[in-house]
Amino acid sequence: MVRALGLLVFLAATWLLLSGIYDHSLLYWLGAASCLLCVFIARRMDVVDHEGAPLELGWRIIVYWPWLFVEIVKANIDVIGRLLHPTPNISPTLVRSKTLQRTDLGRVIYANSITLTPGTLSIDVDDEKGILIHALSRDGAEGVLTDDMNRRCAALESDKLHARAQKDMTS
Amino acid sequence: MDWVAIVAGILVIGGAFLAMIGTYGTLRLPDLYTRLHAASVTDTLATFMVLAGLAIPSLVAGEWLIAVKLLFILIFLWFTSPIASYALGHAAFFAAQKPKLDHDLTDGEGGMT
Amino acid sequence: MIFAIGALGLLVAMLLAIIRALLGPTLLDRVMAVNMFGTKTVLLLAVLGYLGGRPEFLDLALVYALINFIGTIAVLKYFRYRDLGQSRVRS
Repeated sequence: MVRALGLLVFLAATWLLLSGIYDHSLLYWLGAASCLLCVFIARRMDVVDHEGAPLELGWRIIVYWPWLFVEIVKANIDVIGRLLHPTPNISPTLVRSKTLQRTDLGRVIYANSITLTPGTLSIDVDDEKGILIHALSRDGAEGVLTDDMNRRCAALESDKLHARAQKDMTS
Repeated sequence: MDWVAIVAGILVIGGAFLAMIGTYGTLRLPDLYTRLHAASVTDTLATFMVLAGLAIPSLVAGEWLIAVKLLFILIFLWFTSPIASYALGHAAFFAAQKPKLDHDLTDGEGGMT
Repeated sequence: MIFAIGALGLLVAMLLAIIRALLGPTLLDRVMAVNMFGTKTVLLLAVLGYLGGRPEFLDLALVYALINFIGTIAVLKYFRYRDLGQSRVRS
């Protein structure tokens, strides 16, 4: 229920920000109706759980995003340098990274972070074998193997999220 | 030319230039997987630079609703582009379209002997 | 003026993306090129909104980003399962 309420607040804020028209009461009613309808459908689809509305991530994700942004900028500069080389300066490498995360949500965040960073691309996510990664260069692959991002993604998961994931899995 | 126009201009033109480099990269690189890396340059930094360059004049002019809309577009693109890239790489890998590799640090999963 | 140069740069990038789509060689390369083209369309729409002084274009850009993503995923799903109604992924 808390999640549904959180989703409702998020949708209402999104609606207000995107609308930009605040002097017609009819629009407020329509907006409220569409937000409620969305929450109703989301609940019926059973997607308002710890993955659909991950409130447990909380402040950790706010700290993680700026770090990820800096990584993305660094990786971009590296890849652009390789692309502009007279002959493309690449050495494609395939590598497996064992995931340290305990929940599917953490693994998804890790895999998406890898893909979002240019120069590394996750191809396959497997619970036991880890994530299969295609890297543009050997350096990039070795950067993945240092597990820096892996550890940071694992640190995103609070014990509360883990407990919640266990509970949602059994129910 | 005040500083706002200069910063915005550098960001927008730089972003468009990065988009060109990224797409040019997809023309130069040998196979789908390496091309996806070049495509992700346009999806991440080029997108950010263009949208930030547009947001700065709006923020200075006090039209923060427009800046919020630009932020929405940025967040949306950054959430969806890795999923599309993953889907493409995954589909290619399991359609037996193996990557051309220089090094394989796995146990021969890339089909390299 | 600045935005016009930016829009021109994006148009050149879109032209290159079309060349990639035409060259292929595989279906997935073409899907990737179209996806890339769509990302640049979103950026171009945003820049055009500023160029013409019509911020409504940003809403179009947002919707286009959504269509582009769903379209890519739908094509890939169809490519894999030959059926868009498949509700569970069989592994």
